[in-house]
Amino acid sequence: MTSTVVPVTTTPAVVPPEGLTGRARNTLSRPWASAAALVLAVLWTLPTFGLAVSSIRPARDTRTSGWWTFFTSPDATLDNYRAVFSDQGGGLGNSFLNSFVITIPSVVIPMVLAALAAYALAWIDFRGRNLLFVAIFALQIVPIQVTLLPLLKLYVGAGLAGNFATLWISHATFALPLAIFLLHNFMREIPKELIEAARMDGAGHVQIFFQVLMPLLTPALAAFGIFQFLWVWNDLLVALTFAGSEVRPLTVDIANLAGTRGSALHLLSAGAFVSIIVPVTVFLCLQRFFVRGLLAGGLKG
Amino acid sequence: MTTVEKLVQMALVLLGFAAVVGVIVLLAGRVKGRKGDRTVAMVFLLPTVIVLLIGLVYPAVRTIYQSFFDAAGSSFLGLGNYATIFTNSDQLVVLRNTVAWVVITPFVATAVGLLYAILVDKARLESLAKALIFLPMAISFVGASIIWKLIYEYRPEQGGVNQVGLLNQLLVMVGGTPQQWLLNEPWNNLFLIVIMIWIQAGFAMTILSAAIKAIPEDIVEAARLDGVGAIGMFRFVTVPSIRPALIVVLTTIGIATLKVFDIVRTLTGGNFGTSVVANEFYTQSLQTDNQGLGAALAVLLFLLVVPVVVYNVRQLRASEA
Amino acid sequence: MGLSAFTSRPSAAISGALGLSLALAACGGGSSSTDAPAAGGAPAGSSECAEYEAYGDLAGKTVTIYTGIVTPEDTPHIDSYKPFEKCTGATIKYEADKAFEAQILVRAKAGNPPDIAFIPQPGLLKQLVATGKVVKAPEQVSKNTDEFFGEDLKGYGTVDGTFYAAPLGANLKSLVWYSPAEFEEKGIEIPKTLDELKAVSDKLAEGDRKPWCAGIASGEATGWVITDWMEDMMLRLSGPDTYDKWVNHEIPFDGPESAAALDEVGSFMKNEKYFNGGYGNIKSIAATTFQDGGLPILDGACSLHRQASFYASNWPEGTQVTEDGDVFAFYLPGKTEDEKPVLGGGEFVAAFNDRPEVAAFQAYLASDTWANNKAKASPLGGWVSANKGLDAANLVSPIDQLAAETFQDEAAVFRFDGSDQMPAAIGSGAFWKQATAWITGASTAETVEKIEKAWPK
Repeated sequence: MTSTVVPVTTTPAVVPPEGLTGRARNTLSRPWASAAALVLAVLWTLPTFGLAVSSIRPARDTRTSGWWTFFTSPDATLDNYRAVFSDQGGGLGNSFLNSFVITIPSVVIPMVLAALAAYALAWIDFRGRNLLFVAIFALQIVPIQVTLLPLLKLYVGAGLAGNFATLWISHATFALPLAIFLLHNFMREIPKELIEAARMDGAGHVQIFFQVLMPLLTPALAAFGIFQFLWVWNDLLVALTFAGSEVRPLTVDIANLAGTRGSALHLLSAGAFVSIIVPVTVFLCLQRFFVRGLLAGGLKG
Repeated sequence: MTTVEKLVQMALVLLGFAAVVGVIVLLAGRVKGRKGDRTVAMVFLLPTVIVLLIGLVYPAVRTIYQSFFDAAGSSFLGLGNYATIFTNSDQLVVLRNTVAWVVITPFVATAVGLLYAILVDKARLESLAKALIFLPMAISFVGASIIWKLIYEYRPEQGGVNQVGLLNQLLVMVGGTPQQWLLNEPWNNLFLIVIMIWIQAGFAMTILSAAIKAIPEDIVEAARLDGVGAIGMFRFVTVPSIRPALIVVLTTIGIATLKVFDIVRTLTGGNFGTSVVANEFYTQSLQTDNQGLGAALAVLLFLLVVPVVVYNVRQLRASEA
Repeated sequence: MGLSAFTSRPSAAISGALGLSLALAACGGGSSSTDAPAAGGAPAGSSECAEYEAYGDLAGKTVTIYTGIVTPEDTPHIDSYKPFEKCTGATIKYEADKAFEAQILVRAKAGNPPDIAFIPQPGLLKQLVATGKVVKAPEQVSKNTDEFFGEDLKGYGTVDGTFYAAPLGANLKSLVWYSPAEFEEKGIEIPKTLDELKAVSDKLAEGDRKPWCAGIASGEATGWVITDWMEDMMLRLSGPDTYDKWVNHEIPFDGPESAAALDEVGSFMKNEKYFNGGYGNIKSIAATTFQDGGLPILDGACSLHRQASFYASNWPEGTQVTEDGDVFAFYLPGKTEDEKPVLGGGEFVAAFNDRPEVAAFQAYLASDTWANNKAKASPLGGWVSANKGLDAANLVSPIDQLAAETFQDEAAVFRFDGSDQMPAAIGSGAFWKQATAWITGASTAETVEKIEKAWPK
């Protein structure tokens, strides 16, 4: 994501061991740097670890003692998880499925639309382009809540209320401003020379988009895809407003676990972990993809 | 709906969408030449613009309009709602808190993300290390709130009573007395802000890590040959090279922070002087049903983001120059 | 091609996870609606369906309900509809989530309301009626309400002279939880007046103990517990008529009666000798969740906890909630022994359309048949109704029986929870917020003033 010129050669730009990162490796081999990284990692993971431990402790224990006491006097139980899976009328399996069905199109649709729009804003010169980009970018600030009622009225009018379609459309809408902002930035990092060369070869915009840009951008798209997946998977508010009872995702069922008057912490802990599994799996699998993803400026082809 | 029906629906919509996009792209491919440029641009932008107009612009304009009316939207109040916001002493506290959130979170989260990205760059187990910092982002706000509840929980210092929150346990172990972290104003705000930093650092780290990896070697080499040390490398090579990424990260986190209310709402309900504009907005719109005041608060959010927008516009112009 | 390059990589992960979800879905099956099949028509002439004949044949019809009652309390509700479904052939679809109060307004305004909703506050009912989407209560419902609930309760379901919603379930708020064993051991009698209550508190405070415990934290609703206290004191100090004036804003919130009520609460809650047993200082009341509020009684760390009848479900499994068990509750006494003001809450059944099956179901819910069915369907107790036709013997838990008896007591003067009747800006806004600020240090004067100021013009 730099604005430097990339040598247009065919050698794969593998980062040689020396240089900044070599420096970093030298620093890392120094114990204090590794220690610093370790400290940060532990600090960051400790809270979540506490939740994991809490989810296998009996309810009374969670209320009266800290989760660390689990290690001195272990009293594990799977009751919380059992309750989470059996409580719901139809089993959590249904909402799991719903979450998937909601999430996948909600990731694909805005991604494609944003890629097209970002390309137009980045590489096609037309009047008012900057103004349009700024306007779209500024729309990021619109809180979702102000859109709930107007959108719901529209859906009801269109007879869509309570179906998956409402969620797909809503999530796509909310994702577009940020998606365009991110993708636009990545697209700008692609060296002009590549585009020019293709243009001189007589390629039209569509060809440039698919044959030059997309391969370079695929990782960036995947990166956005992960963020969007996480966001939609963990969303509660949009689902509550637009989803009918049949298409309720996991988050709603888990939030309801807290009980009518409750804050059944032990159940919510287990529920939160059940819900985390998928996003973490997705993240870990696409991790490598992800990292390489944002290297748009450094690779060719 | 059965499982199969749901999956079929999903498949259909994906296929249908692909078909529509295919048509768009085909049409755009036909057009060539200078005039074609504008057509292609329009065709690429049209779906997005339509969706945004209906889904975001219309509600936003409606909100601005509503902010000048009363709770039910029937009588015109002029700037009445705004007056309420700025003269009510409780609301001024809300503003103060919001500013604190927006100023502290992006910078600290970015700093942590950047530091960590540099520290683990090219190390062994880099992926795992980064996954650990990213983990908080994968946890929903509900999960995050419970996690931190277990950290901030307070129990009195009494015989037979154990500490339930990690922070108080640590404090007691070094001889201190347990504190009600979330109750004591104004520091309770900081303890809530920490949670947002905890979540957003992963975002910053991910983007900045990739940006660092993309710094071309020749620049780094040149600097090394000049005898630049680690700190100098950081100041004169790393940071300037990843400046666009830094701006993206700071901006995105800043906007996300302005909008977040779940943390405050779940942990303190907005009490004890911890509320932020986004939380007040939610309360007024969806709890108290005062549409006018809620709308005014939303407009306030719009206004608070203007400096960020302006800054980005400047960057845009500069990069095009 | 760009798109295919994208789809190939994550496909493995996604299809794997998809497979997992399919497996889970296969194990799950069914949605959260009741599965009772609409068996065609009532078993002809069977006596068990005699009561339902009046509702007619509703075979194949569906009625959707939306409420804020989620698991586990939803199961007894759903079970109580089964006789109705079986005998009339209708299907009742039950939907609930915790964000009910916000969502029902959004849905009503957007034109997407359920057939029936259980409204937990008269104030919310007023807001819904204002959207124009609520329909008048049918004739039969009105009759049932007159017969089984009486004028006072009917009034709470009435807006601007039109009757909309019959009461459903109720809870009794004027209760103090205590440990029978402890009282017996220390030779303490159940107090019959407020002064006696204070005397008992003083006695229990001997030995540097804090006899009272409480928690008010409740997420965005933090503070409601104090509003209940204040309403109870308002009833006892100034009487039901003044209470009504106060709720309807005929007297100001920062008037002398109001301030006196809050100060009376303060004489308990802000008294460091009394609170907060098991949790620490007065401020800890604000940090303790209301669910945890009374638990120290079980550990002997506190002795008294003022809370509604629904608190029964908060005691850990295995706790004996009986008159000679681990915990029980006594009626929060009035100023004198003869006065018996009773504060309570409950839900009301509002309908958004007038299809025959919806009207029939609404009537069923307002009948004594339903109340008794519900009682029988609640094996764990924790539910009661103010329905006069409810046979207390059907109630499983002694607390519920106590509540039912209190409601049906001739001498009792019932009033509905005040904050539930006030406009949302107060009842689910300023009242909660300022009460929370009050317990963490604000003065009574400041508090009532700020609430008065927030009252919508």
